[in-house]
Amino acid sequence: MIALIPLFPLLGFAINASMGRRLPKTISGGLASLAMLASFAVSVLVVWQVAHLAPAQRVIEQTLYTWIASGDFNLDLTLRVDPLSSVMILVITGIGSLIHIYSTAYMHEEVDREFARYFSYLNLFAFFMLALVLGANFLVLFVGWEGVGLCSYLLIGFWFEKKTAADAGKKAFVVNRIGDYAFILGTLLIFVRFQTLDFQRIASAVAPLGVEGTFGTLSVATLLLVIGATGKSAQIPLYVWLPDAMEGPTPVSALIHAATMVTAGVYMIGRNAVLFSHAPKTMIIVATIGAVTALFAGTIGLVQNDIKRVLAYSTVSQLGYMFLAMGVGAFGAGIFHLYTHAFFKACLFLGSGAVIHALHGEQDIRNMGGLKAGLPITYWTFLLASLAIAGVPGLAGFFSKDEILFETFAYGHTILWTVGILTSLLTATYMFRLVFLTFHGERRHDAPAPQHPEEEETPAPSHHAPAHHSGHLHDAPAAMALALVLLAAGSVVAGYVGIPGALGGHNALGSWLAPSFSARGATTLADRAVGEVGEPEAGAAGAEAGSGTELSLMVVSSLVALAGIGIAAFIWLKRREIADKAATTFPGLYKLLLNKYYVDEVYDATVVQPIRIVSTEGLWQGIDVHVIDGAVNGTASIVDGSSSLLRRLQTGSVRAYAGSLLIGVVLILGYYLWR
Amino acid sequence: MPETILFYLFAGMAIVASALVIGQRNPMYSIMLLITSFGALSALYILLDAPFVAMAQIIVYAGAIMVLFLFVVMLLNAPQEDAAEWDRTHPLRRPGTARFGAMLAGLLIVQLIWALVRVNESSTAVGAAGDVAAISSVRSVGRVLFTDYMFAFEATSILILVAMVGAVLLAARETGQQ
Amino acid sequence: MIPLGHYLVVSAVLFSIGTAGVFLRRNLITILLSIEIMLNAVNLSFVAFGRAQGNVDGQIITFFVMTVAAAEAAVGLAIVIGLFRHRESLNPDAFTLLKW
Repeated sequence: MIALIPLFPLLGFAINASMGRRLPKTISGGLASLAMLASFAVSVLVVWQVAHLAPAQRVIEQTLYTWIASGDFNLDLTLRVDPLSSVMILVITGIGSLIHIYSTAYMHEEVDREFARYFSYLNLFAFFMLALVLGANFLVLFVGWEGVGLCSYLLIGFWFEKKTAADAGKKAFVVNRIGDYAFILGTLLIFVRFQTLDFQRIASAVAPLGVEGTFGTLSVATLLLVIGATGKSAQIPLYVWLPDAMEGPTPVSALIHAATMVTAGVYMIGRNAVLFSHAPKTMIIVATIGAVTALFAGTIGLVQNDIKRVLAYSTVSQLGYMFLAMGVGAFGAGIFHLYTHAFFKACLFLGSGAVIHALHGEQDIRNMGGLKAGLPITYWTFLLASLAIAGVPGLAGFFSKDEILFETFAYGHTILWTVGILTSLLTATYMFRLVFLTFHGERRHDAPAPQHPEEEETPAPSHHAPAHHSGHLHDAPAAMALALVLLAAGSVVAGYVGIPGALGGHNALGSWLAPSFSARGATTLADRAVGEVGEPEAGAAGAEAGSGTELSLMVVSSLVALAGIGIAAFIWLKRREIADKAATTFPGLYKLLLNKYYVDEVYDATVVQPIRIVSTEGLWQGIDVHVIDGAVNGTASIVDGSSSLLRRLQTGSVRAYAGSLLIGVVLILGYYLWR
Repeated sequence: MPETILFYLFAGMAIVASALVIGQRNPMYSIMLLITSFGALSALYILLDAPFVAMAQIIVYAGAIMVLFLFVVMLLNAPQEDAAEWDRTHPLRRPGTARFGAMLAGLLIVQLIWALVRVNESSTAVGAAGDVAAISSVRSVGRVLFTDYMFAFEATSILILVAMVGAVLLAARETGQQ
Repeated sequence: MIPLGHYLVVSAVLFSIGTAGVFLRRNLITILLSIEIMLNAVNLSFVAFGRAQGNVDGQIITFFVMTVAAAEAAVGLAIVIGLFRHRESLNPDAFTLLKW
């Protein structure tokens, strides 16, 4: 039955890919959404089954077939549902279904063929993502890993006739590839070390080992895996593809680059929690990368002018939080944030999609404002999601972000905690800057008109028909509104499954997830006899620092969130000129942030151009033209030359032939006389 | 003793006649001289106790083949060699080629003499071994020919047939002119 | 008794004369005649060797050589006739159609 979960989207893909162009939009879109809903229903059923098992044995497996049987290495195509993957499949199928329904309205202006192509890609993506999270060993996970990278490329470059979109797709794929290379190396190293690629068996093999103090095999292997994760989850140094990925349709950004694909890296670390726990050197690197990325992306998001770019950098920043959590050992907290982030980030993206849809393609926030009255549903859902991401108490984001910060502090990483708090401030500030500039005040048209296509600061209008300012705004149609409302509701209540003990709850999510992060809990089906539950991660940290610390930290983060909102309100609601004056007073800093710290340019100069030069001059001109072509042409000219020499033997004169006979006779005679 | 004189006489005759053959301008004269040479060789064969070969030489070579040559020469009314314009442009006429050819010929002669000197039995006297009567009679030649070399004999007959057909075909006038 | 070597020398000399004739003469008939000289020289050495070994094999070989020489002379002269009809010349250098 587990196999049905990825199977439904795969069927949807197959039908839409083969026959989609002949189907009317309602059928192709409806079919795709139905596939996702069916998958969601099955997921709920399976999770319900898992929940009825004893906490230590909450695993259901289904082996489809033996994939590799080579010598004494066996690898099966096995799907496994345990607490961690149950959370993931519910998120993927649930939020995925909502986004499919949303897309039926958003993509309505496409022709039938393109519409079907879009939905086939979306379903294919869902299939691969589900394979990723359901895989019981590294190879199945990697199949999904690569597959979602492919679908990301296909969907980012969906409007491939637009050059920037095609380039963005390529960039995403290539950058991901670099990460995947490291991932493969890491997998190989693990295989060499443990002779198996199955997650549970690796966990059981690692558990009795001691923690690695130096940079040994485990640290190197996990570090390689982490590099792969930075590619997929857009952390430093491989995050550069995510902002460009906003060229794709907005629902794609919501699904892939907010809720699901980018979380694959975080999921992978969580899946190998036992392995990572034994490599503290890597863990600290993960935490540092996460914290630095969060702050870094936050600063960039503060000055961006494209509504989707702000959200993109926000995603990078929030993923940094998740990495931070994984890095300090708070695996449950990281997954918790993954889960709540999916809700509010998807809601924010879909809301921005509604805004873009209403404004017929306008994406620059300097051309927005005053939309509050005209787009009520969009506004209120957007506002709720923004409050959640800012970490206002009572909403989902507060609980998850707070748990991360608390665990960081409790494990003693005060510097990282400080960075986290600063990022919190930035998050609140830039999110509400976005809210105020987009919805409040008067409608403006401040962005400079695009003169050149490559004008960086003015984002080109998206694929929809260019703006005709008709003054009449229509709010999101029913399909879009449904998704927005449900996701906003989720942003509010989703966090209540993880209320920490300090506030009187019992962190249901944390204890649900705990068996996935410990070796004892992750027993194979054969070892069901061992029934002990390992120490839940969520409780361990709580034992170190009392609930008093937790409460006070909660207060600090709430104050920071409110402060951020206040700053944003002050500047962008009341006194806009402060922002402009700040920009002119610190032109260098402003330019640096606006141009994303010139990271892309640095990469281009240090990596891309040298490779291009080597390829063009060295490999193409040098080797291909001179060596290979030279060899081929040289052979031909050798044959040509030698044949024009040899043909002179054909003199046509009988006496010359007789002469050559005589030469032969003399030689043979001489040879025999010599012997 | 008389054998030695006869040998030198006929050997000298054969060599001189052959040398003159290749020196004549008129092919007729060459043919005549060659017949003389064949006669001398025939005498040498008799000295070697091979009367059958001697007779065959006269009958076949001098009597048939040379006559054929004569017929052809007279049929063609062949003009004599002239150092015509062919010579000036031919590649073999170049001085380099001529020198190379001369060198090659010299080399061949050296090799031949060297080979002869090295033959072990050069000093043995011919005619010492074997029963003269047994090996010189036609009967003995016939017996060996039709038993040990039967297959070669029959193959040769087919060869002659083929040569005959080929010669007729090649020399026939082209039908287009009839 | 005449040593074998003498016969071989005669044969070698005749062979050389025949070779010289093939290369130096520019008349097809004469060339064919020179080839006949060479064949005869070889015949002589075969018979001499046969006699020296005391068996009749040398003469047998000579028999076959003569037969082959006859066939070859016949076909060769037929070719000469055919060539003469084309070019009205017996000079071998006149026939260079197979030149590159």
